[in-house]
Amino acid sequence: MRMSEFIIREAISANLAATQKEDVIREMVENLRVAGYFKGGDSEDVVKAILKRELLSSTGIGDGVAIPHAKHSSVERLVGAVAISPKGVPFDSVDNDPVYVLIMLISPQERPSEHLRALEGVSRCLKDKNFVRSLRQATTPQQIWDLISNHERGA
Amino acid sequence: MTIRQTVAISNPNGFHMRPMAAFVETANRFPCGVTVTRPGKDPVNGKSMLGLLGLNAPQGTELVIEITGPRAAEALQALVLIFQRNFDEEPEATR
Repeated sequence: MRMSEFIIREAISANLAATQKEDVIREMVENLRVAGYFKGGDSEDVVKAILKRELLSSTGIGDGVAIPHAKHSSVERLVGAVAISPKGVPFDSVDNDPVYVLIMLISPQERPSEHLRALEGVSRCLKDKNFVRSLRQATTPQQIWDLISNHERGA
Repeated sequence: MTIRQTVAISNPNGFHMRPMAAFVETANRFPCGVTVTRPGKDPVNGKSMLGLLGLNAPQGTELVIEITGPRAAEALQALVLIFQRNFDEEPEATR
């Protein structure tokens, strides 16, 4: 699945304000809430679900990238957010390095295959080191969206 | 020497991120090359999360683990065990 099929354009952040793992997750969920996903109390529940998953093992996969995720019944299809932290966030990553690029995925319950197809799409983009470098240098959500859609078009 | 083994994905969540991280961590304990292939697709580097994330292997699919180099048999056994133990997750039915 292409990233542009599940990343919510209005929930992209080029400059995360938060500097700690939990706050970053909360800020990204809030971006999705503002974009029209999750109702009032649901967003805190989503944050808790993501933090619970992080306790099992960090989704910081190394090279400055993290893919925090959870299943939650408040979404009817898989939705994602992208955020860049120019300063980097400690994320208990496998390589112990801070995280600069975050891709958040919230899946409906009982649809695991969609999650795996989304991860494949994320992998296809992030394997390209130039793409990741450009992403980290982006200063506006529009630039991030353009980078994703251009990459998927093979431009 | 190259050895390989096919594993079946029986977990309802498929080969997902937590077992992928365990796989990469285990693979990196060994000095040999590790690739994982979903039949019909290109092999991916079994020592890289970005590689495994590209597999898209849901429940019911099979993956071929291929090991080349020193301590290959030991590495293969340790990696296959991750799948045989169903990623150390309870079957959904008993939850």
